[in-house]
Amino acid sequence: MKRIASILALAVVLAVALAAQSASAQTLKTVKDRGMLNCGSNGTLAGFGLPDAQGKWAGLDVDFCRAVAAAIFNDPAKVKFVALTAKDRFTALQSGEVDLLARNTTWTSSRDTSLGLNFTGVNYYDGQGFMVRKALKVNSALELAGASVCVQQGTTTELNLADYFNAHKMQLKTVTFATADEAIKAYDAGRCDAYTTDASGLYAERLRLANAGDSIILPDIISKEPLGPAVRHGDDQWFDIVKWVHFAMINAEELNITSKTISDALKSDNPEIKRLVGADGNFGEQLGLTKDWVVRIVKHVGNYGEAFERNVGQGSSLKISRGLNALWNKGGIQYAPPVR
Amino acid sequence: MSAAETTVRPRRSLLTNPTLRSIVYQVLLCVAVGLLVYAAISNAADNLARARIATGFGFWNTTAGFDISQTLIEYSSRGSTYGRAFWVGLLNTLLVGGLGIIFATVLGFVIGIARLSSNWLVAKVAAGYVELIRNLPLLLQLLFWYNAVLKTLPDTRDSYVVAGSVFLNNRGLVLPRAVLQAGSGALALTLLAGMVAAVVYRIWAKRRQALTGKPAPVLKVIAALVILPPLIFVALHGFPAVFEFPERGRFNITGGVEVLPEFAALLFGLVIYTAAFIAEAVRAGIQSVPSGQVEAAHALGLRPNLALRFIVMPQAMRVIIPPLTSQYLNLVKNSSLAVAIGYPDLVQVFTGTVLNQTGQAVEVVALTMAVYLVISLTASLVMNIYNRLIAPVGERA
Repeated sequence: MKRIASILALAVVLAVALAAQSASAQTLKTVKDRGMLNCGSNGTLAGFGLPDAQGKWAGLDVDFCRAVAAAIFNDPAKVKFVALTAKDRFTALQSGEVDLLARNTTWTSSRDTSLGLNFTGVNYYDGQGFMVRKALKVNSALELAGASVCVQQGTTTELNLADYFNAHKMQLKTVTFATADEAIKAYDAGRCDAYTTDASGLYAERLRLANAGDSIILPDIISKEPLGPAVRHGDDQWFDIVKWVHFAMINAEELNITSKTISDALKSDNPEIKRLVGADGNFGEQLGLTKDWVVRIVKHVGNYGEAFERNVGQGSSLKISRGLNALWNKGGIQYAPPVR
Repeated sequence: MSAAETTVRPRRSLLTNPTLRSIVYQVLLCVAVGLLVYAAISNAADNLARARIATGFGFWNTTAGFDISQTLIEYSSRGSTYGRAFWVGLLNTLLVGGLGIIFATVLGFVIGIARLSSNWLVAKVAAGYVELIRNLPLLLQLLFWYNAVLKTLPDTRDSYVVAGSVFLNNRGLVLPRAVLQAGSGALALTLLAGMVAAVVYRIWAKRRQALTGKPAPVLKVIAALVILPPLIFVALHGFPAVFEFPERGRFNITGGVEVLPEFAALLFGLVIYTAAFIAEAVRAGIQSVPSGQVEAAHALGLRPNLALRFIVMPQAMRVIIPPLTSQYLNLVKNSSLAVAIGYPDLVQVFTGTVLNQTGQAVEVVALTMAVYLVISLTASLVMNIYNRLIAPVGERA
């Protein structure tokens, strides 16, 4: 018996070592074999990632995951969303629990390098702001000297906050919570004078306060927060696919191709449109997808503008204007390299 | 076994030699475990290198750049390093763990003894406390206490103020801070000398009573030894510290010493929860003492509280100490639930923010686990030594 046990133990050791070795780069193949895209998403942020009462996920990042699934499977429903906290998100991507992280994540140099991630683009240009109670009669973040500020852990927010108050030689009392949920509850209970996060998040979180009307969002934006999807280092094909799904959505908007006009676009004579929808060339196949990859994305999810308006813009409860996220030819900085 | 028997024993093959076999199996097992550990480590290192994730403790001396709400040692977001943040978190854990152990022990012993009280009401209240607290998840209780603290206390503007210098509101309790002046060291020395004298006196008094049966006044003398010297010092030289009084600022009370509501809620929650378990250990210990012991004590004319103190508790302690040690370890480990209510303990600061900013999960988590292991093993060692000291003389190993 004992000998059998030790042989078994050795076999287990070898199996573990070998299995771990073989977990490598082929993300697209893994996703296709699984028949499902595993997407790391925010589970609590309206506008970006939040399941509704029926358990149906909605949000800008959620739609991005659906677009990737649509491009691969021609079915936007083939996504398994994994709700991640700010703290756990990178570990989940690094360890392979998710294939793609689309969770309002700020693109920074250290995350791009030492965390072993590749950011594929910016699907929302954001900046950090403050929410305060109206009763405090504060009009600018510069008047917050000595204030207590509630903040969520594991975000770039903590660092920006300390930098901003240091730069303006103001005193600060930070109260740090593990999740946005706990931080906003503490703010609501009066533990802090201000709550800080990305401006888009402030609009979303304000809706959850007991009295949303009692709080205002200060005009000051204290940082650059380019939010975007990320994948693991080491799989260039997968990196390209995720990157170009985003570019395809922006190009579609630029060429006025929407989920409603996609059938007309297929008959278009415009060479740019012909290349984008796959009537001309084999750009989808070069990515490892099919010719009609953009048609699949736009038909099921829509172009970037449609996803924006539906989730955070005028079609949503957040009513955020396009601002920096308008296309480059409409006053914003959303710009995509051409498909050709 | 006699000599005659050994000669007739059949010769055994080396393969069936029990000693050899057991050695071989143990060596094989050690090799297997070693291989498993080696495989896990080299595999992790391989995968980290392949994904080009940074490794090593190079981040230790990098500027942390984030703020921490409660720091027992000097720390600032501007210049302090991740290493410094680690120590801040560790001290915060030890603070809440240390105070928690003291308060939970006192409360636990009181409840445990009360549960055996002959007073029906006292016994039932204690039993109700134990059953209620022990059967609710700790995380839930912590959230309850945190919200109880935040919701019942007033806003900063409507703070409760005592004597114009102590403020209580939902941002915490703010007390005047003593700023030490020259001569404070001498005062501390005076106090220390008094305490040492008190301990020496107590040992002398105990020994004399054991030898001669003559009791010496203990409480009064000890109180005098501890209190009088510092009082005389202050009367001669004046008080060697000035107080910095907190004041109302625009948003918060500024200055003074602050006790955060997160700290209060965590300490309160841990003490209440752990005390329930300690109470059960105490009850079990007391009930393990044969009732003949109590009856004999009463027959000798000892009053109930003296019987408890001199006859029952010393014997009960031997049963109480092992589970008590487990509860101490649990309390320290449970303090990591601080992360849910925003108290900056080791887990919150180090495996929270530091891990996230550096991304070096393997190093950070391994170090944190090592720290908890060291804390737990140290506590365990101390309790084992104490347990050996109170064992009856004949049973000491």
